Amino acid sequence: MYFRTGHECARAVDGISFEVREKETVCLVGESGCGKTVSALSILGLIPTPPGEIAGGRILFQGKNLLEIDEEDMQKIRGNRIAMVFQEPLTSLNPVFTIEDQIGEAIRIHKNIGAGELRDCCIKLLKDVGIPSPVQRLKDYPHQLSGGQRQRVMIAMALACDPDLIIADEPTTALDVTVQAQILQLLKSIQKTRSMSVLYITHDLGVVANIADRVYVMYSGIITEQGNTTQIFHDARHPYTQGLLASLPSRSKRGKRLYSIPGTVPNPAYKPAGCPFHPRCPHAIPICGKEYPKMCDYGQAHLARCPVLFEGGHGCK
Amino acid sequence: MISFIGRSVIQKIITLFFVSIVSFLIIHIAPGKPSQVDPMNPKFTPEVVERFQKEFHLDKPLHVQYFYFYKDLFTGETISWKDNQSVLNKIWERFLNSLPLFIVGTIITWTLSFPIGIRSAIFRGQFYDRSATFLSYLLISIPGFFFAYVLIIFVVNQFHVPVIGMETFGIGDGASLPHLFMDRIWHLFLPSVLGATGGIAVLSRYVRSQMLEVEGQDYIRTARAKGLPPEQVHYKHALRNALLPFVTMFGLILPGLIGGSVIIESIFSWPGMGRMAYEAILARDYPVILTVNFVSAVLVLAGTFISDLLYLVVDPRIRL
Amino acid sequence: MNKKEKGFNENFQFETPLAPKRTRLQEFWRLFRQNRLAILGLFIFILFFCCAIAGLFMTSGPDPLFDPAMIRLQEKLRPPLVKPNLDSLRREEIPCLGFYLMGTDDLGRDVFARMLQGAWVSLTVGFVAVGISVLIGIFMGGVAGYFGQHHIRVDHILVTVLLISGTALVTGHFIRFGAVLLCLTPAYIFYSFLTQNRSREKTVPSWARVFRKNAVSVDTLIMRLVDIMLCFPSFFLILTVVALLPASIYNIMIVIGLTSWMGTTRFVRAEFLSLREQDFVAAVKTLGVGNFRIIFRHMMPNAVAPVLVSATIGIATAILTEAGLSFLGFGVPPPYATWGNILSDGKNFIFDAPWLTFIPGIAILIVVLSFNLFGEGLRDVLNPKLRERH
Repeated sequence: MYFRTGHECARAVDGISFEVREKETVCLVGESGCGKTVSALSILGLIPTPPGEIAGGRILFQGKNLLEIDEEDMQKIRGNRIAMVFQEPLTSLNPVFTIEDQIGEAIRIHKNIGAGELRDCCIKLLKDVGIPSPVQRLKDYPHQLSGGQRQRVMIAMALACDPDLIIADEPTTALDVTVQAQILQLLKSIQKTRSMSVLYITHDLGVVANIADRVYVMYSGIITEQGNTTQIFHDARHPYTQGLLASLPSRSKRGKRLYSIPGTVPNPAYKPAGCPFHPRCPHAIPICGKEYPKMCDYGQAHLARCPVLFEGGHGCK
Repeated sequence: MISFIGRSVIQKIITLFFVSIVSFLIIHIAPGKPSQVDPMNPKFTPEVVERFQKEFHLDKPLHVQYFYFYKDLFTGETISWKDNQSVLNKIWERFLNSLPLFIVGTIITWTLSFPIGIRSAIFRGQFYDRSATFLSYLLISIPGFFFAYVLIIFVVNQFHVPVIGMETFGIGDGASLPHLFMDRIWHLFLPSVLGATGGIAVLSRYVRSQMLEVEGQDYIRTARAKGLPPEQVHYKHALRNALLPFVTMFGLILPGLIGGSVIIESIFSWPGMGRMAYEAILARDYPVILTVNFVSAVLVLAGTFISDLLYLVVDPRIRL
Repeated sequence: MNKKEKGFNENFQFETPLAPKRTRLQEFWRLFRQNRLAILGLFIFILFFCCAIAGLFMTSGPDPLFDPAMIRLQEKLRPPLVKPNLDSLRREEIPCLGFYLMGTDDLGRDVFARMLQGAWVSLTVGFVAVGISVLIGIFMGGVAGYFGQHHIRVDHILVTVLLISGTALVTGHFIRFGAVLLCLTPAYIFYSFLTQNRSREKTVPSWARVFRKNAVSVDTLIMRLVDIMLCFPSFFLILTVVALLPASIYNIMIVIGLTSWMGTTRFVRAEFLSLREQDFVAAVKTLGVGNFRIIFRHMMPNAVAPVLVSATIGIATAILTEAGLSFLGFGVPPPYATWGNILSDGKNFIFDAPWLTFIPGIAILIVVLSFNLFGEGLRDVLNPKLRERH
């Protein structure tokens, strides 16, 4: 997904490939500005196309390529089979409509049910997401609820039509830590009861450790490492992932200076040649600045894009 | 809610009081005297001038004049100095003349601006938007009377219809009712269109910029993510939010009643309030000027009050 | 972990390419350039400005190049691009270029020369009027926004009222009484300054306590003033004042300026209200910087964006208002020529000499259009929410 503004072309997402299987939670991790949100939004076709353009690739959902279907079919999928939960619950809810209106709308577009049944559906959804006294809450406006409650409402809206996939774009970043824990708990339980798949986008490794089945680590528009949670946390094979893990505070590092990866994320319009991470990488060798690295297979679906650290495994392709 | 209304009304009454004082001072402190008491005026002998002064308390100090005038105003007895008619009657008559012009102009403006502005916002950057934008700029920039003359020449030459005045002179009883009606419509047409064009230009730009600002918000993205078709996204979600400031503007069109347009009324010889005020200023007809000022201030304050109330009703985020 | 840190220090030789650095002005110019209409507006404005300055030099002085005031009654109402009738003219009456570029008006004056002179006058009227209104607006808006919560005490109000009445009485020939008041009030002000430094609330007796009560906040006061000014329909106010005062170009400029500061005040106040809460203001305050310096040096550059926009559009409006006033007969008096003058003189001859109406009309249209385009271009650039996305 490239963004063209005037004479610059920002390559926000530059060739990534990931998959989410049924009933599993996949986490997309990376720093701010690495292209995670853009990837998620492009799945649903929510990136406005004058500045953005899709340069190529496929998005396969249950066998269909989402880039090839027309807009009407896409609208049938949005909210219905794939739903999204956004980051900022305050601004993501329309301030002039009641909760009942907004959740009800999500149902009404895709299903044809009567008014009474609609209301019962909304109440049940609010109960499922854990909002107390749902019947009173129906008539409230978004500004009357707290941040955590608003996010729960967003989740309720997303669940309204029982989708197969929920994309959650940093839903807890704007909330405080205790509320964050509750929302995560909620997502986990919902996923189990409704057997959905979840694509969770975050920059917080703690969250990843909590809920992910599989993890994709993104940096500057490309996937640098992928694998299941155990592999990533205990056997990281890419210098970026290793750097991220090293910067986590833990008891063993008590009293010592906290490590941080030197340098900054590159501007998407001016990416370095070769491996995008090489200017900040402690293991970089001259060839890293010239050749784009290939993915190296470490077995059991654990892949990392760094030939320098590669030892053993099946070879890079 | 009640306390808000009460506080608001009291504040407005205080403002009205100050406005009355300021307008009174402006009139009397400005140099020059009304023609009736001008010592240079050859038409009036000194005795007549003195009688006039006594009658209208012009020889008394300013604050006494102030009280006399406003007492007269509230009891409805103010007399115009130019032609000795009751001021309130005069104003009412002219007001009725200005009213159709104002109503037609406002209807045209508001019904046309919104579709144009909304469409410009939705199809931003495309041909419709660009041409509408350019036309708006053109209409804002053209001097009113110049445009009026151009239009008059064009309409009179092409369509041969009467445009000056409120109705054709001497049309009398000889004509049938539909004929009279059409005559009125023709006379009403050009002045109100003229008045409306400037308004459409400004309002449609404003509608467009509001719509654009709302369309960039996150909740529009949520609405699209829910799978809503674009018409529902634009006309249900975006419009409802974009229209909020306009509801309040609606209350503020009330003062436009008096503002009228002096220029348009002059060109078309339309006997409306704008012209009456203009003639009063020329003749230094103090009672008329002051009364018009007062009425316009009342309208402005009432308009502000109504728009505050409307804002309370329409925006659920504000509940007092 | 140690291996990593060591490895990092040895191998860090690579430079990340950075985006090209641009100052804010360059960024602003780049964005502005993309709006072609706005560039056109700016270009026309510069053209107009040059014409006005050139016109000023070419038409003023005792023996100007293009004489706008030369009356040639035998040549009246000649259409444009027509050669004059040479034998009926004296030598100095022959127009500079040998023919009438824009025709003559009903007194035989060269319209082109009058337009040149009028350009400068219209420009001055626009700039001075807007300058006055912007200055007043910034001051009032800044004070209202920044000092908003400061209250004016009852004794301050009393003192001001006494001061004003003292002045009024003096001018009204009640000299003794007025002089007494005028002496008392500064004495009281002086006294209150002295005691302010040693504020001892407790020692003030209770009857005098009333004088120290807060009556009204600065913000309310200024906003009420704005409301009062807004109650007068603006064109009427201008018309009233201009009709009542002796006609002169300075009066018009000052009056237009004095009646249009309300919008600027509102903008500046709104910006200040939001800026005041920001951290940089708190930071500067803790450094001990004085109030006025904070307002003018730190906050004002941030608040200036909407003021600029409304100033450019205000110049356009001022030119249109001046034209309107001329049309009604209250404009700048002769012999000055303004475009409004020429237009209104021409309205009597609209069928015989249409160029007298069309030429200034179209000229006003183009210039005002260019100001409006430029102002809107500025607004789009300065407001990130409305930027055109390419």
